[in-house]
Amino acid sequence: MIDVQPANAPAAKSVAAAPRAPAVQGETRPAPKMAARGLDFFYDGFRALKNVDFDIAEKRVTALIGPSGCGKSTLLRVFNRIYSIYPGLEAKGDVLLDGENILDPGYSLNRLRSKVGMVFQKPVPFPMSIYDNIAYGIRHHEKLSKSEMDARVEQALTQGALWNEVKDKLRQSALGLSGGQQQRLCIARAIALRPEVLLLDEPTSALDPIATGKIEQLVAELKDHFTIAIVTHNMQQAARCSDFTAFMYLGELVEFGDTETLFTKPAKKQTEDYITGRFG
Amino acid sequence: MSTTSETLYRNRRIKNAIALLLSGAAALFGLFWLVWILWTTLRTGISAMKPGLFTQMTPPPGSDGGLANALFGSLVMSVVAILIGAPIGVAAGTYLAEFARKRPLGEAIRFVNDILLSAPSIVLGLFVYTLVVHTTGHFSGWAGSLALALIVLPVVVRTTDEMLQLVPGQMREAALSLGVPQWKVTLQVLYRSALPGIVTGILLALARISGETAPLLFTALNNQYWTADMSQPMASVPVVIFQYAMSPYDSWHALAWAGAFVVTVFVLLMSLLSRAILLRNKARHD
Repeated sequence: MIDVQPANAPAAKSVAAAPRAPAVQGETRPAPKMAARGLDFFYDGFRALKNVDFDIAEKRVTALIGPSGCGKSTLLRVFNRIYSIYPGLEAKGDVLLDGENILDPGYSLNRLRSKVGMVFQKPVPFPMSIYDNIAYGIRHHEKLSKSEMDARVEQALTQGALWNEVKDKLRQSALGLSGGQQQRLCIARAIALRPEVLLLDEPTSALDPIATGKIEQLVAELKDHFTIAIVTHNMQQAARCSDFTAFMYLGELVEFGDTETLFTKPAKKQTEDYITGRFG
Repeated sequence: MSTTSETLYRNRRIKNAIALLLSGAAALFGLFWLVWILWTTLRTGISAMKPGLFTQMTPPPGSDGGLANALFGSLVMSVVAILIGAPIGVAAGTYLAEFARKRPLGEAIRFVNDILLSAPSIVLGLFVYTLVVHTTGHFSGWAGSLALALIVLPVVVRTTDEMLQLVPGQMREAALSLGVPQWKVTLQVLYRSALPGIVTGILLALARISGETAPLLFTALNNQYWTADMSQPMASVPVVIFQYAMSPYDSWHALAWAGAFVVTVFVLLMSLLSRAILLRNKARHD
């Protein structure tokens, strides 16, 4: 990893400072499953996140909204450190999972990613059968018998609301599924590992309205079992399926609160302008 | 106003017609020679084909024979060259695409590989001559294979690198997001996606070396007799073509044409095969 020290980097922040909870309005939130504290992010020296404090509440859906380039995807991609596969990218600050700092170089990446799953904008089924797509991740982490694996695959596909559509063609290539089915397959593949947190990066932006509706319904069902963070550029989607919403702009977290309050009584002028469509 | 646009349109149409004519003529000019070469090879080659071609040895002047030892030598040396060059090439291409992307070392290797890719094959032949033939003191099939492997290597490095780079970044991210380490992701997910392209690269490399003459002249030399011993000098079709085509004997000329025909058909088959693999894969993805 190339250590990028940007010219305009702030002086080393006092990491020791007690974790500050972001200012929240509305109902008291459940304990955060994951939390970012004083998080900065750099793309080859460009500061894309500025001192962000953000919580992902346990077994709730937390949405990130904001105009393109505001840093919402960047923030999401820090939570499973997927950004670290590219040279020149660096996160500074604290990101806690159950109180442990996942940015600590000693924190095992593979352990982190088995706990924090991710689904991407474009559905990317692996070039193998539907069954193997689901089983692939499980095989790496657990040694299961054939019947146990069959049960796990069925469970994941059922949770992913795909089982009824594919149960007769599990051995066929996943590339033959429709876009919406492929995205549900990707969600099923992620939850097959029984992660604790699920990160969804604009999971419906490549899908038609009917497929989008199915994914949103799925998200609502999944929050009983998983902690979910979803990035979306669709404000109605955030309003429909999230419990908490954060509004980001130019790398800063402008406002963060329960979804109803943020959309009905935003505290900041910028938030109001964005959700009423005056910019973005 | 309207007259101005009409003049503009007419001028454009004229320019278009001239450009079309010139590019069409250039294409015809190129195709003309190609068709001529293929036609001559086909016509003379087919008339020189005979059953004994694949069973008899290369003959001394004045007697009858075939190309069995040369065909066998070409096949063995090409296959050994692929067995040496392809695994190293795939491994190096994987390193470039997956582990050294956008890093200075990777860029340097890629640059050197591109130089090797366009290096004249006779230079590679001389290199192996100095390295192997000179030190062992004799020409050999191994030396020939090594020279051919040096031609295979950069082709396979390049295609593997490019094919892996074509795999969407999100597939890599999705697989890594499952907590699977990068080497496993590369072997089990990315290779599956890039495999048709990599195999195509290897087939095209095989097609390319099957017609190489210069690197074999300095390394495997030639052999009038059948040999399966790769530490001996070995015959190969291109070298036999070279030798026989230069000779004053009509029977040798006919054999040279027959050899040229066989090599051309082999290259054609390899190209068709690689095309079929790519097309089938494309159909599966659409």
